Amino acid sequence: MDDVSHQVSARETGEQAIIAKLSGVTRDYPAARGAKPLHALGPIDLELKQGEFFSVVGPSGCGKSTLLDILTGLSPPTAGTATFEGKRIHGVPDGVGVVFQEDATFPWLDVEANLSFGLKQLQLSARERQDRVEQALRIMGLVGFRSAFPAQLSGGMRQRVCIARTLVTQPRLIVLDEPFGSLDQQTRLLMGDELLRIWRETGATVFFITHSIDEAVMLSDRVGVMSARPGTFIDMLETGWAQKRDSRNVADPHFGKLTGQIWGKLRGEALRQMQLQNDVAL
Amino acid sequence: MRPPGLLAALIVFGAIGLLETACQTGLLQHSVVLPPSEIAASLWNILQSGAFNRAIFLTLSNIFITAALAIFFGFVVGVLLHSVSYLRAGLEPFLASYYAIPTFIFYPVFIVLFGVGSASIIAISVLLAIVAMITATLSGLDRIPIVLRKTAKVMRLNTLETAVSILLPSALPYLVTGARLAIAYAFIGVIASEFILSGQGVGYAISYAYNNFDNQTMYGLILLIILIVVGTNMLLDAFDRRQPTQTARNR
Repeated sequence: MDDVSHQVSARETGEQAIIAKLSGVTRDYPAARGAKPLHALGPIDLELKQGEFFSVVGPSGCGKSTLLDILTGLSPPTAGTATFEGKRIHGVPDGVGVVFQEDATFPWLDVEANLSFGLKQLQLSARERQDRVEQALRIMGLVGFRSAFPAQLSGGMRQRVCIARTLVTQPRLIVLDEPFGSLDQQTRLLMGDELLRIWRETGATVFFITHSIDEAVMLSDRVGVMSARPGTFIDMLETGWAQKRDSRNVADPHFGKLTGQIWGKLRGEALRQMQLQNDVAL
Repeated sequence: MRPPGLLAALIVFGAIGLLETACQTGLLQHSVVLPPSEIAASLWNILQSGAFNRAIFLTLSNIFITAALAIFFGFVVGVLLHSVSYLRAGLEPFLASYYAIPTFIFYPVFIVLFGVGSASIIAISVLLAIVAMITATLSGLDRIPIVLRKTAKVMRLNTLETAVSILLPSALPYLVTGARLAIAYAFIGVIASEFILSGQGVGYAISYAYNNFDNQTMYGLILLIILIVVGTNMLLDAFDRRQPTQTARNR
């Protein structure tokens, strides 16, 4: 049985292995001139199950992106340990792909070259490289745009290119930092459907950071709710959705119940975070 | 030809036509301005006779060397300043006010250092051109989106791969602009130095013709310089427009 089918069957049985683990992770930033050191995050404990779709929601400035940086090895924690597939994270581990909120396409390369750029570091034959690019182009609906440059594409299409560039590396953990943040509501819903389809097809684990409670509930198996700074998990909800799902689950009464439940936890934290930001501004 | 290009051509040919008419009707005296048709004929004679070939070659060589040195060292210094923040903090005020200093006042210093001739002209012209390249390099490197540096880390590129594959292409539009400015300043620096301070080159030949009331040669050589500058600029512009980042903007 290959890795992908194992992940899928593990999802179905609920006996999922742990792919990434954060234990007692904190992050402090040194004091700026005349200010106190900033305790931005933690302590955070989290176990990501193989093949699950996990989302994080929290108030602006609570440390979600800091959490992403630590999980992906882009920056180290101040204290605690972060592991991926049982190994301590030092730098970005092999098998982790990241999609950022900002447009990260390379404007000097066309779509096809953007995708194959992601494969440079992998020892692949030219044939395999081309096959992977073709597959990613097909999955993301970019076949007709392979020769287009990013400046010729809409924001949504450019984000598709970024997702496709991550997919070609066949990551086992896909980390997304508010990837649909700059898109309109309808495009966000449709991109969410695309993401769910990709998640089902690849069997990868997804770690999804978002501001949107709706998006988190619609997409995820599990939602982690973060507190105001320093961000910690104050709640962890299982959504209970079937694996085969899409954006139409927003019409399900269960969807409203879950979003209400999360907002109940989050409202006070969002107010507290606003107060913190006001104090800093003053 | 696109409408803006057509308009530009109309403006140029209209101005030439007006000047020709003004000269031919005596509105402008022949001893002051020659009609464009006569200037063009004069240039043709200059090129055919080969009398100024040595001066033309010398001037173009000096411009090429100046531009190459200014672009190369301007880029290197720009990268260095971008990497060493305290050095940049110390030098940036000087860079900001650099073009307030008339660079040509340093010519005596360069004569002492390099002697009379091309070396001094190149030195003073590099001094004029290099800062444009330094500031363009700094702007280009400053504007590389942080997300692209993060993407390089995610792709596990090493420092050299990041610089060559991501940072340099990302900053390229600014570097091209800097190079264009450096080339323009190289033309200005070399021709002006020859005109005022030298005994050789096209700048000196224009000055010599002017002092001897030789309008035919003076205007012919002026036209030559204008054509070379415009031609170079059009080539650089065509290269600039071919950059993928410019494609959508130009549509």
